[in-house]
Amino acid sequence: MNAGGWTILVLSVGFVTFLFAWCIYKVLTAPAPGEKLHAQPGVDTHDRDD
Amino acid sequence: MAETTPVEPSDAPKMERWGTRLGVILAVMGSAVGLGNFLRFPGKAAQYEGGAFMVPYFVALLVLGIPLAWAEWAMGRFGGCKGYNSTPGIYRTLWRKNPLAPYCGVLGLLVPVVIYMYYVFIEGWCLAYAWYMLTGQLTLGKDAAEYGKFFDNFIGSGSNGLLVAQHGTLAPAVIFLLICFVLNFALIFRGISKGIEKFCLIAMPMLVVCAIIVLIRVLTLGTPDPSRPDLNVLNGLGYLWNAHTTNKTFLESLANGQMWLEATGQIFFSLSVGFGVIITYSSYLRRDDDIALSSLTSCAGNEFCEVALGGMITVPAAFVFLGAAGIAGKGTFGLGFVTLPMVFEMMPLGRFVGFLFFFLLFLAAVTSSLSMLQPAIALLEEGLGIGRKASVALLGFITLIGSLFVVYFSKGLIALDTMDFWVGTVGIFILAFFQVILFGWVMGLRTGVEEINRGGTIRVPYFVGLVLKFVAPLYLGGVLVTFLYQSFTAKEGNYFLTLRDSRDAQLTVAFIVIVAILFLLLIGQSVKRWQKRELMAEESP
Repeated sequence: MNAGGWTILVLSVGFVTFLFAWCIYKVLTAPAPGEKLHAQPGVDTHDRDD
Repeated sequence: MAETTPVEPSDAPKMERWGTRLGVILAVMGSAVGLGNFLRFPGKAAQYEGGAFMVPYFVALLVLGIPLAWAEWAMGRFGGCKGYNSTPGIYRTLWRKNPLAPYCGVLGLLVPVVIYMYYVFIEGWCLAYAWYMLTGQLTLGKDAAEYGKFFDNFIGSGSNGLLVAQHGTLAPAVIFLLICFVLNFALIFRGISKGIEKFCLIAMPMLVVCAIIVLIRVLTLGTPDPSRPDLNVLNGLGYLWNAHTTNKTFLESLANGQMWLEATGQIFFSLSVGFGVIITYSSYLRRDDDIALSSLTSCAGNEFCEVALGGMITVPAAFVFLGAAGIAGKGTFGLGFVTLPMVFEMMPLGRFVGFLFFFLLFLAAVTSSLSMLQPAIALLEEGLGIGRKASVALLGFITLIGSLFVVYFSKGLIALDTMDFWVGTVGIFILAFFQVILFGWVMGLRTGVEEINRGGTIRVPYFVGLVLKFVAPLYLGGVLVTFLYQSFTAKEGNYFLTLRDSRDAQLTVAFIVIVAILFLLLIGQSVKRWQKRELMAEESP
């Protein structure tokens, strides 16, 4: 195993492992769709309907 | 820009949905992770001087693989929100102006169903080899020829009908095929959330754990034979990862056009884009469910299994015991079912490690084969309006005939190889090309990118849309044309010549055509039903 081989192995394996770990972290920590907060203009309280 | 005014089916049964976000990610990841991750990828990487191979591999992943997966997820969820889960229904929703659009969906049914017919047979091999490893039935010594003979007898490659002419008893390969067949249909019968999702939530983590245990065993092998100090783990890794094992420089290795083609093909087949599976799976998402991050996660999970696990297990393990000569020129099946059983036999704790390895291949195969059934189930349910029991029974009958066809025409695996080339390779390329055109040019760039980003946890940049509209069709079209030209002019393994000369290959293609016609008739009936329903909805106040 030469230096080039080590470099490519570390970069390749490191990249896919980091990407997968980051994605899983984001998936597990992101709020579920129902928990998303709506911005003020997006909320219609219907209080001016009358 | 797509006209998006289809009428949602009012009399349709309540739509199935995924239960959890992680569930759909693992299901798509499970669909993608298969034998290719653990056998095909390391073989190809080693063949093209691993290090150099990774450059076109990652270029294809970033330019073609991940964007294509986003496009397929987006189109699937778009169609699902309109009440359709099958490719004909989804294409019809996306391309209302074209009355032939639903018929283009035939490939989205044909590709997964025909692949299932032979894939479930291979799945049975994995289960059988796991069982044989556990029970010591693969203790055949150190002669590769013995393992080759065992494998040939097991799959009946000597002549046609060997597996069905066993004097009243079922051949082991057929028994394991039937076990896998029943398992697949039992899970698919339970539905999206209770069947596929629940199984993948258990099977995928189990697969990764099995792979990590096998990986630890391989990386701690050291130098098993002190009289051959060159056969050690580091040299095994070097055989796969070194950038220039021959006299070529890194840049000279990169100039190999064939390597770019193979790396692109590997990414393409590995991610399961163009299978018709992702589009169906994502159609069971809700309107505002995230797809940007989910799609990226399933792609990343597949790559982790392929590069970090598959790339570190198979080839180094074989190199340590057999050297480069024992690996070179071995195909996927040769490496997996002839070379590796011998390697496990020579390895300390090899029988248990071998069991784990074939069991993980089995799990990978089941999660893939399950996904291949859902597109056709979706059409039968929503197009013909039949229930799950009837649709599962009908599809079970069709695929059983196909699998028995593959089992019967076992001489040189001719039926399996022919189906794999014409449907599992050419068909996938064509379907992916159609889908990328549908996304970039019919659905439209702005609509498409907005659809990807709706409800997204991460934001996909606009230039990804540009890549999908302009770069991906050219890249994919170029790869398809080059692949067909090379296949047509190949001196060995030329499937065009095989089709001209072999009666078995002709019968196999005829069988594929019959299945395609059957699906076209089903699509015709479905379109009539959808039109009638839309007409009724328009007439009602």
